[in-house]
Amino acid sequence: MKSSSPVPIESAQLDATFAALADPTRRAILSRLALGEASVMELAEPFAISQPAISKHIKVLERAGLISRGRDAQRRPCRIDARALAEADTWLERYRRLWEGNYRRLDALLDELKSS
Amino acid sequence: MTNALTITTPTDRTVTLTRVFDAPRSRVFDCYTKPELVRRWLLGPPGWSFLVCEIDLRVGGSYRYVWQDPGGASMGMRGVYREIVPPERIVDAQLFDEDWTGGETVGTLVLVEQGGKTTVTTTIAYASTQARDAALRTGMAEGMGASFDQLAEYLASLA
Repeated sequence: MKSSSPVPIESAQLDATFAALADPTRRAILSRLALGEASVMELAEPFAISQPAISKHIKVLERAGLISRGRDAQRRPCRIDARALAEADTWLERYRRLWEGNYRRLDALLDELKSS
Repeated sequence: MTNALTITTPTDRTVTLTRVFDAPRSRVFDCYTKPELVRRWLLGPPGWSFLVCEIDLRVGGSYRYVWQDPGGASMGMRGVYREIVPPERIVDAQLFDEDWTGGETVGTLVLVEQGGKTTVTTTIAYASTQARDAALRTGMAEGMGASFDQLAEYLASLA
């Protein structure tokens, strides 16, 4: 018998994206940037950690393609980069669709059991 | 109308799915534990079917699921029950034959009934963060549809 698996398509970019999303501080930074661009100093403000520590998180997010930095030499504002996020969202969306399909069948089955 | 599915990642190794069903929990519990009922819905992507669906519902007992895709290829998994509290809770350790989840996963199913409806919460704990993220990325279902609204929701749920 042949064997199949729901093969994860390899993508170094996705690995980096999900690894970057695995940290709560980095997710908080992304949530903040979803509201609009901000400088490193502005991003550091709400956190009880140093600016260099925030800078490290920002580098991870940047390498993951989740954010980009502006050219302005003084501020170098951070902003969300839509592409990597869209890709990560697509994968999550597939997982969601799989389970929505299963659960809709369960709805139908429960409905059938109710009337039997 | 279809009830909404919520997917969150409460810790770096877990995924939680929450969904309300319009049925009492004893009936939902049956749908998770009786092979003839499980066969009807736990199918995965369109076109897949069950080749094997066997359940030995007792602590230490195991279940065996094997699915077949439209091309005839098969995918199997086995689980061992660790806790069974009908009709409210099941904990089991799961492993796919191909081990694409990067080691054993532990599933916790919790059924809460209120006003004749049942909230089903499924938590899957993976062996590692990498394993979980790989599972979230599996191409088990087709279809794209990246939407930033959903992404915003997802990020909000993580924050």
